[in-house]
Amino acid sequence: MILFLEQLLNGLQYGVMLFLLAAGLTLIFGIMGVINLAHGSLYMIGAFAGTWIATQTGSFWLGIPAGLLAAALIGFVIEATVIRKLYARDHLDQVLATFALILIFNQAIVLIFGRQPIFTPLPEALYGSVEIIPGLFYPPYRLMIIAVGLLVALGLYFLINRTRIGMLVRAGSTNRDMVRALGVDVRLLYTVVFGLGALLAGLAGYMTGPILAVQVGMGEEILLATFVVVVIGGVGSIKGAFVAGIGLGVVDTMLRAFLPTILRGFMQPSDADAIGASISSMGIFLLMAIVLLIRPKGLFAVGG
Amino acid sequence: MKLTSVLKASVLAAFASAAPVLAEDAVKIGVITTLSGPAGYLGQDVRDGLQLAIDMEGGTLGGVPVELVVEDDGRKPGNGRQIAEKYMGDEGIKLLTGIIFSNVAGATVPDIVDNGAIYISPNAGPSTLAGKGCHENYFVVSWQNDALHEAAGAAAKKLGYTNAFALAPNYQAGKDAIEGFKRTFQGEIVGEVYTQLGQTDYSAEMAQIRAADPQVVFQFHPGGMGIAFLRQYQQAGLLGNIPMVLSEPSTDAVVLNAVGEAAVGIVATAHWNRDFDNESNKAFVAAWDEKYDRPITYYGSQGYDTGLLIASALRQTGGVDDIDALREAIRKADFDSVRGDFAFGQNQHPVHNWYQLDIVAGDDGKPVAVTKELLLENYGDAYADQCEM
Repeated sequence: MILFLEQLLNGLQYGVMLFLLAAGLTLIFGIMGVINLAHGSLYMIGAFAGTWIATQTGSFWLGIPAGLLAAALIGFVIEATVIRKLYARDHLDQVLATFALILIFNQAIVLIFGRQPIFTPLPEALYGSVEIIPGLFYPPYRLMIIAVGLLVALGLYFLINRTRIGMLVRAGSTNRDMVRALGVDVRLLYTVVFGLGALLAGLAGYMTGPILAVQVGMGEEILLATFVVVVIGGVGSIKGAFVAGIGLGVVDTMLRAFLPTILRGFMQPSDADAIGASISSMGIFLLMAIVLLIRPKGLFAVGG
Repeated sequence: MKLTSVLKASVLAAFASAAPVLAEDAVKIGVITTLSGPAGYLGQDVRDGLQLAIDMEGGTLGGVPVELVVEDDGRKPGNGRQIAEKYMGDEGIKLLTGIIFSNVAGATVPDIVDNGAIYISPNAGPSTLAGKGCHENYFVVSWQNDALHEAAGAAAKKLGYTNAFALAPNYQAGKDAIEGFKRTFQGEIVGEVYTQLGQTDYSAEMAQIRAADPQVVFQFHPGGMGIAFLRQYQQAGLLGNIPMVLSEPSTDAVVLNAVGEAAVGIVATAHWNRDFDNESNKAFVAAWDEKYDRPITYYGSQGYDTGLLIASALRQTGGVDDIDALREAIRKADFDSVRGDFAFGQNQHPVHNWYQLDIVAGDDGKPVAVTKELLLENYGDAYADQCEM
């Protein structure tokens, strides 16, 4: 039971990370119709910029605004210089251009920081592990990630559902052309949305720093899972990204944690390990296939 | 910041290329290596170690002027093969080295040796090329892949552990790692978990380890995966409670640097360490520190050893025109390896010592590897017997 709860928290934590990344991606995809492969690069930029400031100043907390600002700033710049030219082009051109951005950013990081992964400090206050309920020890840093993720989800909910910008975003993801026809400055809206997406990616990147390795190409590792979240949740839907992100995080973690043990119940241990590992690697993609079979446009499809 | 050194380097490079090209008769050495992506630092260190050996001799190896031709394989087997064919066909290069990853080596090395050129591996030593697939033109300076993990198994056994929990990514090298560990450990394996290649979150595995409560954990996760694994091991409160024994790729200097204090207390195994007390190693360490402002990894030492080996052969032959003579000269391994004693076995893979290292906190709090004791003496590999030359 304790093990199950712990794995549930682990799944939740992985899920909110996926949500932070997918939220930006789904907005950009849904509203602007741009497939942005370079979203992972913004995640990497947030991690490197934040970590660099944190190491220079010795304060983990100062790294947060640094990571957010750097990612948002780079987001604005690539929106204005590259992405803007892609709105009217087909998806293949977008994939090509944003893939080029991945290569450019990876090489830029190699030139500035070198090829070696860099060390990211953990805030002093969040060292070690705390006992949440008797017998369940959990790292407080991961609890903080869960809390931040949920807060961001709440904030986005208010932003999307209760503000004017949110109204435009919702309108934009349902019917882009109509919003433009009504005289809204779509260009500005796009820039804001792209910057917001970049900001969230930067936040995710910096927060995972102390858990993962901050290194060149870190964005590509998580990009695939992020796209799966976007597709399952429904393109353009923040709510979908939230539900799918958490769901996928939990499913992926649970499969990895328990499937081999369950399979051991009725087959050879070595076979159980091999098959369990294989199925849990496929898990999120199987889930995506099933969801698409039942709801071809994702769980919370927007627009027509 | 690093930026200034980058600028300096590019200015130097600009001058270097403006300088007159080396004499026509400089021996070209073709380097195929991995420089891009998360594993780029491996290839960078091999290349720089090799270049260091050349620089320390003033642009020659064994008195023969040499020139490195370097290309990035991007960790893709197809690229490696293409580069090799270009080197051999267009540039007439007869001596090649540099490959980091076994999958690239597996696709590229047979092509090279079948073309009559010589390949010296500074890193990858896949089993397929060590046994029946061995070749007289193929040499390995580093190690046979399995031996890395056999050393870790031997360490766990020597430390008196009788059961272990083993984890590795679900791909060929990961399976080989756990097999290698089991071969020498010989105790009970209470858990054997295959993670996903490129996995970033290991919390599920941490909980499984805690539930199984083994005497020792062995895990093999190269590069960024390993950094994430070690940090999460500490954050889960397992570090210090359940000991961990690791093979060499999990504890190179770059990994230790990125992991920080989460590595302190781990038992590591290696065939080379910075603190080795021999003349050749002292010269190497001093020269590296002088030239590069980053920690030396064992990849760097392997690149350097490759340079020394080539130097020892060229000193005897004076060039690469007579491949038979060159092969004979390389086979003698008449050089002072930075790891100490070195000889080629029947399959032209190294026969050398493996050591246990302890990861301790250095003066600045950062972890350093300290050589503890000899683990396996004059150790070859499990495949040498199957090689018929």
